[in-house]
Amino acid sequence: MALRRMPAPIRLRELIRTIRTARTQAEEREMIQKECAAIRSSFREEDNTYRCRNVAKLLYMHMLGYPAHFGQLECLKLIASQKFTDKRIGYLGAMLLLDERQDVHLLMTNCIKNDLNHSTQYVQGLALCTLGCMGSSEMCRDLAGEVEKLLKTSNSYLRKKAALCAVHVIRKVPELMEMFLPATKNLLSEKNHGVLHTSVVLLTEMCERSPDMLAHFRKLVPQLVRILKNLIMSGYSPEHDVSGISDPFLQVRILRLLRILGKGDDDSSEAMNDILAQVATNTETSKNVGNAILYETVLTIMDIKSESGLRVLAINILGRFLLNNDKNIRYVALTSLLKTVQTDHNAVQRHRSTIVDCLKDLDVSIKRRAMELSFALVNGNNIRGMMKELLYFLDSCDPEFKADCASGVFLAAEKYAPSKRWHIDTIMRVLTTAGSYVRDDSVPNLIQLITNSVEMHAYTVQRLYKALLDDISQQPLVQVASWCIGEYGDLLVSGQCEEEEPIQVTEDEVLDVLEGLLVSNLSTPVTRGYALTAIMKLSTRFTSVNRIKKVVSIYGSSIDVELQQRAVEYNALFKKYDHMRPALLERMPIMEKTASNGPTEIVQTNGEAEPSVVEAKHPPPVTQPTNQANDLLDLLGGNDVVPVIQTTVPTKPASAGGELLDLLGDLSLSGGPAPAPATSVPSSQPAFLLDGLTSPPLFNDIAAAGIPPMTAYNKNGLKIDFTFERANPNPNIAVITIHASNSTEADMTDFVFQAAVPKTFQLQLLSPSSNVVPALNQGTVTQVIRVLNPQKQQLRMRIKLTYTHKGSAVQDLAEVNNFPPQSWQ
Amino acid sequence: MFALVANQKVVRDWPCFGVVLGGSFLPRGGYTVLLFKMQFMLLFSRQGKLRLQKWYVPLSDKEKKKITRELVQTVLARKPKMCSFLEWRDLKIVYKRYASLYFCCAIEDQDNELITLEIIHRYVELLDKYFGSVCELDIIFNFEKAYFILDEFLLGGEAQETSKKNVLKAIEQADLLQEEAETPRSVLEEIGLT
Repeated sequence: MALRRMPAPIRLRELIRTIRTARTQAEEREMIQKECAAIRSSFREEDNTYRCRNVAKLLYMHMLGYPAHFGQLECLKLIASQKFTDKRIGYLGAMLLLDERQDVHLLMTNCIKNDLNHSTQYVQGLALCTLGCMGSSEMCRDLAGEVEKLLKTSNSYLRKKAALCAVHVIRKVPELMEMFLPATKNLLSEKNHGVLHTSVVLLTEMCERSPDMLAHFRKLVPQLVRILKNLIMSGYSPEHDVSGISDPFLQVRILRLLRILGKGDDDSSEAMNDILAQVATNTETSKNVGNAILYETVLTIMDIKSESGLRVLAINILGRFLLNNDKNIRYVALTSLLKTVQTDHNAVQRHRSTIVDCLKDLDVSIKRRAMELSFALVNGNNIRGMMKELLYFLDSCDPEFKADCASGVFLAAEKYAPSKRWHIDTIMRVLTTAGSYVRDDSVPNLIQLITNSVEMHAYTVQRLYKALLDDISQQPLVQVASWCIGEYGDLLVSGQCEEEEPIQVTEDEVLDVLEGLLVSNLSTPVTRGYALTAIMKLSTRFTSVNRIKKVVSIYGSSIDVELQQRAVEYNALFKKYDHMRPALLERMPIMEKTASNGPTEIVQTNGEAEPSVVEAKHPPPVTQPTNQANDLLDLLGGNDVVPVIQTTVPTKPASAGGELLDLLGDLSLSGGPAPAPATSVPSSQPAFLLDGLTSPPLFNDIAAAGIPPMTAYNKNGLKIDFTFERANPNPNIAVITIHASNSTEADMTDFVFQAAVPKTFQLQLLSPSSNVVPALNQGTVTQVIRVLNPQKQQLRMRIKLTYTHKGSAVQDLAEVNNFPPQSWQ
Repeated sequence: MFALVANQKVVRDWPCFGVVLGGSFLPRGGYTVLLFKMQFMLLFSRQGKLRLQKWYVPLSDKEKKKITRELVQTVLARKPKMCSFLEWRDLKIVYKRYASLYFCCAIEDQDNELITLEIIHRYVELLDKYFGSVCELDIIFNFEKAYFILDEFLLGGEAQETSKKNVLKAIEQADLLQEEAETPRSVLEEIGLT
């Protein structure tokens, strides 16, 4: 009967009303602070009567963005209260204010446990809801048993909640999944839709997480099919009807579970075939709800092992979606088609024109998907038409699309270009319309493409020149153009173009343009580099050499270090090495493409993006050994394995880095082709290779002390043993002698042994003793391999054997991984 | 097309309302990556004022605020002609405007966007039935009821009851329970004596 010292705290609605009258943020803050202070005192008083009201107000203020952590414990007290109102607000507060990172949430566990066993189902419901929404792993572990109990209750109100709570428990603590298995036994026999729906969700969760569960629940397919059938066939059910469709939520969930159960399983897929066809054809499509079901059906059809007729039906549904007025439906159709375009390419092709129309849609997401899908549909037959549409799209699309679109166009053009001229025209179009958005790696790719289209050089350089006259702001275009002018400037001034009307341009005009690039503010340093090199190259193609000399010498004192270096070196070319200038600056050879989208080997090894600069500094490499290397590389498949090149004389390295493998060998082979000799033995070769010229006898059968021999290969009667020794003076070299013997009754003739090792090794193969392995082990063929292993890595080798046996050619590849550790340590 | 929009009260009283359903960029904290899940639902006005936030994944207050801020901004920037779906971080956002409120859900990659729209619609229908032609003010002044209704419809991000009638019945019963539990207070108690 004590007098309350303070008036009753204001009611929630009143507070809300008051706060909403605040005209400024500051005013609101003041009100909030005042009220928070009042609430704090009230909490301090341990007032049970108004705790609920205060917490509710706190939650409101929390939603406005103000801190409310001091109410956390109060929520717990409310949960512990016996009053339903208190519990309701308390649990709400817990879900809003508490999170599992804070230990305080664990204090809830006991209350929840008690409430899960409460006599009132609405209290049990609150507990289940809270646990299923925000229960931490610890709480889930503690309370899983209670949830499992409730999953078996006959009270459908609780059963459905328990099912979803179980889903949450499984998500947090997957190991507990097993304990819910018994309770799932009769879940699908329920009539109550709520329980059915949540049960299907629970089953889906279990099947997704465990292949064993998935196998176990496959037997439910017939039951699921039956339930789905009833939903479709049953008459109007007011309780579950949505626009004429009975319980679409349940239908979608069942379809999803069927998808998971049918995936990769023939029997299940067959069992659901009919119902899928039925849903696909009978569902009303005028409203979103029907389309939602159709969408799920399509996804299921595409994922399971459905028969082709059904798949075509699914794609056609997507095709119809594309024509739907509702942009949401169109969006969903494009997304799905993108997923299926690889597997059902022809079916999707039929809808190509509709897809292309979507490029003009106003919605960004739809446009993007339409673009991706369009690129996926480009093939040799439709390239011209598609490219027209895509280039038009490139012109008009938002900047965020341009880079991807340009790359897509380049890729498609490369794969399906009907002619070289078309290809070059397409590239030109991209460069001129979206030139600034083109990716950096396109420039070397395009240069290579242009180089290799020999008959188009004049046409290309002419078009690029004209483009430069119009606009020098787009750097990739300018770079490609400068490079081409530098290479083919002679064709430009001679007016030799066959493809179109040749333009009249003088050497001075060309040089004007290039010099313009050098001085323009629009040019990046990289572009300037291109321009300078181009000017230099023209010194061997044009007659006005003096002008070029002048330009080059001016840039010898440029602030830009890169430019300065080039200018200085070019100057040196004019002065001291003028006799070498023509050879150095001559036309580029055809470049081999070593990777699908990478620059050439030459470019890579020097680490520079500009092949033109490399060319100016080094003579063109000898390509033959590379071709041999490529053959072996192709055959052996890996590109971490560097092939052995069996050479008779050394070749000049294309780069100082030595990444291109060059080997010294001094014996001619009977098996391999002889590469063209180079001019001199480079002194920059690592010393060990020179050892090969002065080493002890080649045929060394003596096993190295301590390194045991091994059998590297033994198949079809051919056995190859390896014996080891250490080379003097370099201990990093292992000398392996192979001994090939033949236990069959026929000789193996034309025997060739080849080997390849990983990149960190270097390998030298000396000549074999002979190329006939006599039958019945009457003799062996020996050959010496020298392996340099500076990093002492584990030795691995791939070998290739070719020989003729009993009239037919035999070829085999093998990996040798069983080298004894002493051979490489 | 929906009662909310047609109703005078709604048109008069609703500022813009947004519901955002979110997807799966969130740190997992005990969850393995699952692809069908609603991660959160947000309701906000056209001025970006939050009216309801339901999170089904564990996040700190700070993270929630950041996400809310960014997402609200993104959705409010959308033009009316655009579709109801957008990709945001690695989630799919499904949103729909009812009068002046945006309802926004974040769902995971494999989830069905179209059925999510139906979920949103069902929730709005429930609110409408409960409040009798619901408007934003109802949600503002009775936010706790909005939460209660949501918690009877969804649990852990999934629909627990597909029958409108059953959800409303449960709420009704719980409300009755609340009224009964409130022991009538005497006038003296109210003014602070006894």
